[in-house]
Amino acid sequence: MWNQNKRTICNLLLVAALILTLVLIELLAPSTSMWFSVLRKVCTFALAAVSMNLLNGFTGLFSLGQAGFMLLGAYTYAILTIPVDMRSNVFRNYGDSLIRFQMPLVPALLLAGLIAAFFAFLIGLPVLRLKSDYLAIATLGFAEIVRGLVQLQNFGPVTNGPDPINMFTAPKNILVYAAISGISILIIVLIINSTYGRAFKAIRDDEIAAEAMGINLAHHKRLSFIISSFFCGIAGAMMAMCNTSVSSVSFTSAMTYQILLVVVIGGIGSISGSIIAAFIFYASSEWWLKFLDLETYTDAGAKIPLLGPGFRMVVFSILIMIIVLFFRQGIMGTREISVYDGILRIKNLFMKKSVKGGVKDE
Amino acid sequence: MNILSYLIRGLATGGQFALVAIGYTMVYGILKLINFAHGELFMVSGILMIYIVADFPMLPIWLAIFLMVVLTVFIGFLIEKFAYSPLRSAPRMSVMISAIGVSYLLQNLVSYVTGGLSKQFPDIPVIGESIRIFGVKDKLTVFLSPVIALVLMVILVWIINHTKFGMSMRAVSKDFETSQLMGIKINRVISITFAIGAFLAATGSILYFAKNTGINHLSGANPGLKAFIAAVVGGIGSVPGAVVGALIIGVVESLAKAFGLADFSDVISFALLIIILVVKPTGIFGEKTTEKV
Amino acid sequence: MSKNVLHVENLTMQFGGVVAVDNLTMDVNEGEIVALIGPNGAGKTTAFNAITGVYEPTNGQVSFAGEKIIENHPQGKMKKLYAGANADMYRHILVKTPDELTKLGMARTFQNIRLFKSMTVFDNVLTAKHLRRTSNIFTATLKLNRKEEAKMRRETEELLKLVDLYDVKDEIATGLPYGKQRKLEIARALATDPKLLLLDEPAAGMNPQETEELTKFIHYIREKFNLTILLIEHHMNLVMDISDRIYVIDFGKEIAEGVPAEIQSNQKVIDAYLGVSEDE
Repeated sequence: MWNQNKRTICNLLLVAALILTLVLIELLAPSTSMWFSVLRKVCTFALAAVSMNLLNGFTGLFSLGQAGFMLLGAYTYAILTIPVDMRSNVFRNYGDSLIRFQMPLVPALLLAGLIAAFFAFLIGLPVLRLKSDYLAIATLGFAEIVRGLVQLQNFGPVTNGPDPINMFTAPKNILVYAAISGISILIIVLIINSTYGRAFKAIRDDEIAAEAMGINLAHHKRLSFIISSFFCGIAGAMMAMCNTSVSSVSFTSAMTYQILLVVVIGGIGSISGSIIAAFIFYASSEWWLKFLDLETYTDAGAKIPLLGPGFRMVVFSILIMIIVLFFRQGIMGTREISVYDGILRIKNLFMKKSVKGGVKDE
Repeated sequence: MNILSYLIRGLATGGQFALVAIGYTMVYGILKLINFAHGELFMVSGILMIYIVADFPMLPIWLAIFLMVVLTVFIGFLIEKFAYSPLRSAPRMSVMISAIGVSYLLQNLVSYVTGGLSKQFPDIPVIGESIRIFGVKDKLTVFLSPVIALVLMVILVWIINHTKFGMSMRAVSKDFETSQLMGIKINRVISITFAIGAFLAATGSILYFAKNTGINHLSGANPGLKAFIAAVVGGIGSVPGAVVGALIIGVVESLAKAFGLADFSDVISFALLIIILVVKPTGIFGEKTTEKV
Repeated sequence: MSKNVLHVENLTMQFGGVVAVDNLTMDVNEGEIVALIGPNGAGKTTAFNAITGVYEPTNGQVSFAGEKIIENHPQGKMKKLYAGANADMYRHILVKTPDELTKLGMARTFQNIRLFKSMTVFDNVLTAKHLRRTSNIFTATLKLNRKEEAKMRRETEELLKLVDLYDVKDEIATGLPYGKQRKLEIARALATDPKLLLLDEPAAGMNPQETEELTKFIHYIREKFNLTILLIEHHMNLVMDISDRIYVIDFGKEIAEGVPAEIQSNQKVIDAYLGVSEDE
């Protein structure tokens, strides 16, 4: 019990340090710094990855519908937070918007999640009975259907048809993103550590045994699917904020694959892994590897071979393949970061040495 | 355009999708893997054709096509060797993720090479020419595609059911380990399966792009997804199923266009997919399997 | 006569044209240990799966503690194909799912051990407590169910101590030696508070010493938890030692029923089973 407390305290310290770092970046970094755009994106996709992990990693349901639920969240949020006097401007191709009020950020976010969750409930009724690959395909199909429907002219007064939506509330402060993402991830962690989380893991480990232990499969799968989609919806809303514009073309299955790759790189079944991976993934693809896209010349004037537009993504996808093939456990496997255990391990390292020394002395 | 011409166009697209769908279905039958990279291979073979024709203008077209097919088959073989065979004993999800990784890599690679721009597919003589049949005027490739798809399907089904290689393919798809114990070289069977899939994708890509001339790094995604839906609708694992599924999808989408629902055509295909999955998850020709407790 | 716990009536399970279980009728009374035996492929496991809700039987009825849990009659294509008896006896269709049956008080183990492989011994048992929860997803997430959670953990600890697995509670379940994995599977089933425990070949893969320990263990848990037990087994020593009554089936049909001594001397049984395939 005492060890457990120490563990919690250490992890709280880690979280506090993270928050402090974010505050410092927000206050001190020059406004042109890459930190801002990258961290906003990291917060968004960390939440998307964690919510996917809840489903794929902890419940063993291979779903590829993330883009669809994020789209629902993004659209809901964007449509609800456009200032009233801007509406006719945004929806100019359709006369005016059907919705004539503006919501504050937090309720709009919640509604974004709820709409996604509601659709998850509907689509979950038929598709959650399907096994592994078939579930993946069905959810992928669902996401594409949503994307297709949103673009339809008929829904124009609500969704603005194929035209992008903009002018909605989009905070710039990275602390806002960190707070939304952080609170959401905290809730997911609490769920995973609860008795329901154990039931999810039981289903992942062995569906038949879980059912024989009295766990209602349909109920728990649906629960996990709805919760995951709820947070996916919120991540979608965050993505809308990041981009300050929403358009259905960005919510392709390629985006779902990207989130899946983040989950895999972090470790399927590790929350802290997903967060770390989201950081590494977006920081390197959007920032650290940027130099690969620039045609660069040496001092002597010779062009460095290969460097040029698009090369960054080639290198990046090769790196991903290396991880997928050779480091299948990802960064964290199914473990979680624990500062206390880390300290303990380092301590043990020294202890062992001294014990060995002691034996020699005798 | 009248309904007949829409129908013929639908069958044509269906025939082209069918050639891609067979690749999905065969790989799934053997490895239980959804080869997400297959649509990208289809796109890559189109790009290869463009570069071969542009870089070696003196090459006769039939030789260029031959070269392109050989290269596509080789790439299909390489993908299997490097991305899938190391994961033979890994959970199925890892292999599927690897497939997603490969498709990501191929897209980015092509985008780098082409600079992300759309490239013009070369004119292919004979099949690119317009003719008139049943009062419908269209390119020859449109009339030819479903015929070629059906002929190749018949040949393939014959190979699977009547040759020694086909027998080993069926054995491997039923039980990996036992067939290995029976002396079947499973790696060879898998390689050849991928090679056949790549060959068909290359054939499909000529027929498909001879009609739709621009190609960029994303051109494989939609046909790939459609072909995949076709394979599932027909019953994944079944070659005739893939062809029938693809023809259905092609015709349905074309008819949707005929009735002014062009915007809806993607939605209709995916809705069809979900309905089939829910009503009969194993598709039209699929076999039912039960899990042993 | 003590109370009836499990009543199986005219149970038939047909796959296509193959009748795997044919008109099986059996009873298990409170406090009894009953064994269902038969040669390989006799239909034991199929019967077991039909009773526990994994398969939908083709025809017949099953009740648990007086409550009807499963009833079915041939439908659709099966109407023509059906080769069993009593096709017109049952009108209703009722197949409870395994989780509902476990909630009612029937818990089972598996022939090929099915533990939650990523979890510790402790969590395996703790997870089986989930079905008796009163918390919902919100109270559980917000930790408003502290009392219940603490009670679940305490009961799990007690159970692990009782079955002598407390010292390995933090090990990953699948890392345990085979015998202990079997024991853990039984412990996990016990954590659901069953009245009836169904054991699917509990001694499979065990050596004679382990089997003897298992015999003692089964007796012990029956006393400790007031259990009624139905088991399928190949191991003749175990079955004869442990059972109050035995049902023997061959080709899906019941061929004998009685106390161990009767079964041992039953000519039909010897012909079908003991004399031919058993080497013990």
